[in-house]
Amino acid sequence: MKVSSVSENACLIQVGDQISESLTAVIAKLSSAIEEILGDALIDLIPSYTTLLCIYDLNKVDDLWMLKTLRQITQEVGTNQNHEVNTLESLGRLIELPVWYDPEVGYDLEEMASDKQMSHAELIQLHTAKEYRVFASGFMPGFAYMGSVNAALATPRQKTPRKAVAAGSVGIADTQTSVYPAQSPGGWNIIGRSPTRLFDISRGDKAALLQVGDRVRFLSIDKATFLELGGQLG
Amino acid sequence: MANLHIIKPGWQSTLQDLGRQGYFRSGLSEGGALDEIAFRWANALLNNPSNAACIEILMGDFEAEFEQATCIAITGADLGCTLNGQAVANWQSLAVKKGDRICFNSPETGLRAYLAIAEGWQTPIQFGSRSTVLREKLGGLDGDKLKAGQQLAYQANSEAPMQTLKPQWIPNYNAELILKVLPSYQYEQFSETAKRRFFTSEYIVSQRIDRMGYRLEGPAVMAANQQLISEGIAMGAIQVPPDGQPIVLLKDRQTIGGYPKLGCVGSLDCSLLSQQAPGKQVRFELSDVATVQIERRLFERKLRCFNSKRS
Repeated sequence: MKVSSVSENACLIQVGDQISESLTAVIAKLSSAIEEILGDALIDLIPSYTTLLCIYDLNKVDDLWMLKTLRQITQEVGTNQNHEVNTLESLGRLIELPVWYDPEVGYDLEEMASDKQMSHAELIQLHTAKEYRVFASGFMPGFAYMGSVNAALATPRQKTPRKAVAAGSVGIADTQTSVYPAQSPGGWNIIGRSPTRLFDISRGDKAALLQVGDRVRFLSIDKATFLELGGQLG
Repeated sequence: MANLHIIKPGWQSTLQDLGRQGYFRSGLSEGGALDEIAFRWANALLNNPSNAACIEILMGDFEAEFEQATCIAITGADLGCTLNGQAVANWQSLAVKKGDRICFNSPETGLRAYLAIAEGWQTPIQFGSRSTVLREKLGGLDGDKLKAGQQLAYQANSEAPMQTLKPQWIPNYNAELILKVLPSYQYEQFSETAKRRFFTSEYIVSQRIDRMGYRLEGPAVMAANQQLISEGIAMGAIQVPPDGQPIVLLKDRQTIGGYPKLGCVGSLDCSLLSQQAPGKQVRFELSDVATVQIERRLFERKLRCFNSKRS
């Protein structure tokens, strides 16, 4: 793991070079250790696929102290990593997201299924069969990048992004999958819609449902259940 | 509690404080006053808490009326501010009376003026901040810029010191601007030639500038590797998309991104950059983390001295 100063109040920890679920688990472990040791000198952490950005209060600590402290933490977590890796894999909350997979809300479901020469049911089965890991958050509040989808489902982004993708839309981009927390322009291939609110200001600190490191499983539901759970058409 | 009645909202007037911290990991932008230097002085002139919300007024065309007497401070860009039609000097605090009408007209120097009020504008706090992030529809009165007919609450009849900032502490937005750069992120992936070109060339502020970032135009600099796994973006990061034209990312930047970055511009230089209009020439200078941290701490000390001397 490589630790470096990137700005006057941020250090970057490079945990690895390749996207993998075990890396995300290590990043989660690092995050909690850093929060504990830095206390109020820590402003925020931005975990991503292979990195962890630590933003700190430069009026409390300087970069030399930060580099030294972060290097100690990465060493400790790194040494414990090997024999704990199995438990790490299963760490993280499991969140189930109901999805109504249907061409009525899944704009690209028909085309994806025909391109891949599979039935709707096969496509849905492949998307729901796997447990995904949240690798990163960003793009918009509550948007979680999850992976990795079955290779047979991998699809490049739309060449021209849609002007408006509805809130709750479940999409695939390359080997990743995600749910749009709010209506937004977007280029992901949309296969269904979830009635679950991914970002809700009224939940306060828990506004974003999904956090990096969480595990997610999609459950196929029918239209009636979708509407019953508060899903919106249109 | 009294209200400020917005008569003309201007191009883009938004409520800003020091920004939203602790929610980057949920994908929320930092937000906050783009020119932190002017913002901090506006509050210091009133002896306000450093995080009290101000109105950030972009380029003027703003008019509003005070319902009750209070004290205000004006800093940042000189937008030809008037009170009841009389010119008001920038970088000072002053008393206003019931029915006083304040106008910010058009830019003389700089782009963004800050209108602070004793004890701060009393708008709702969302995720620990009053800052407006337009893209996220968060902060301000309704997640948007101010609109005609809206009312902003404030504490009436607040007492605050009447003071003016020393001329030598007032930033000169017309001066030559050299942005100090901490080499970091993918710095090593740029060739020696590209780096030399970057640090020896003039770059021009383009038309594509907003609260997310300032896009500059000049000699292209390309990273050897364009494929990057998305990572967290720090304030002031210099992002270089495939066309090689650098973008300095500011307060409303997204939290993660996958373009190569050459390093980060110091936050105080970012403040000065945010006052520059299209066409301004800027240069970059290689610096280091210690230099910009010291500069930032000296600024904090200056503010502390200013407020303690007063009382």
